[in-house]
Amino acid sequence: MGDERSILEQALAWRRQGRGVALATVVATWGSSPRPVGSLLAVEAAGDFVGSVSGGCVEAAVIEAAQSVIASGTPRRLEFGVSDADAWAVGLACGGRIEVFVEPVS
Amino acid sequence: MKLATLEAVLAAQARGERAAILTDLADGRQALVVGGEVLGMPTLGESERALAMAAVASGRSRLVETAGERLFIQVVAPPPRLILVGAVHIAEVLAPMAALAGWSAIIIDPRQRWRQRGGFAGCHVVGDWPDTALAALAPDAETAVVTLTHDPKLDDPALLAALASPAFYVGALGSRRTHGARLARLAAAGVAEAARARLHAPVGLAIGALTPAEIAVSILAEIIAVRRGALATGGGG
Repeated sequence: MGDERSILEQALAWRRQGRGVALATVVATWGSSPRPVGSLLAVEAAGDFVGSVSGGCVEAAVIEAAQSVIASGTPRRLEFGVSDADAWAVGLACGGRIEVFVEPVS
Repeated sequence: MKLATLEAVLAAQARGERAAILTDLADGRQALVVGGEVLGMPTLGESERALAMAAVASGRSRLVETAGERLFIQVVAPPPRLILVGAVHIAEVLAPMAALAGWSAIIIDPRQRWRQRGGFAGCHVVGDWPDTALAALAPDAETAVVTLTHDPKLDDPALLAALASPAFYVGALGSRRTHGARLARLAAAGVAEAARARLHAPVGLAIGALTPAEIAVSILAEIIAVRRGALATGGGG
């Protein structure tokens, strides 16, 4: 139910079905952040996902990055800061910052 | 992450062992920490190795930043366990609630009639007497034990075993009055005062709970509060 084990199990199940999979992990947080360090999000090539790195604020951007990581096979680091509501920019409403590491499961 | 690393971490979990994945954030190189050993990343320094072991022991994932290097340690621990004594109404609600919150719920009840009432789908149900069952389950520092039967024949052997174990939380359902009698029985059975003081009773946070579901919420909330360090580990609720 959203814990690390079930997220990793889903990643493994997708991989065994031959689907491309990437794992996104919160590796650092500054200030108030919605999910703690170590929080996981598993994404498969078509965009299905389990888990969460921000409780919903930046998931869409992370899923998009994960799909590019699945295609390229190269890990990426992403940083998200405070959102700019007027510009509809991707960000965290809580005012914190997070760093997310996205890697392919190969 | 290599498929083999993912499989090894999940296999360790299934064995009830903690494992960790070490990632060099500069290039994505990884090592696996399992059974007190670091597999892979032969260039890893002694201090990084020690930090990885400390993270596994604490159960907390963390980022380690050293001169020019950033290592992320992802700890993957087996779920904490909640052992309930008594396949009673509160257990029917508390066990699935705990499972939703990421716990592994186990119900002990030697009374076949109670066990067979159903309502425990997906939970591990044990039919042995509580002392035998708890000896086999071996509560550890990531285990909570709660007695729910109101019957000293069942509750007391469970409490004796739980209070003698490293379980981080031991609770007993029942009123303040029956708790006085319970403490006297435990003392007579040779349980030291410090161990008796560990017992949470009446069990649960005081939220005015009345229904089985509300009582389950108050019990689970108290267990989480103790585990996360927001409440003392002993005393009455």
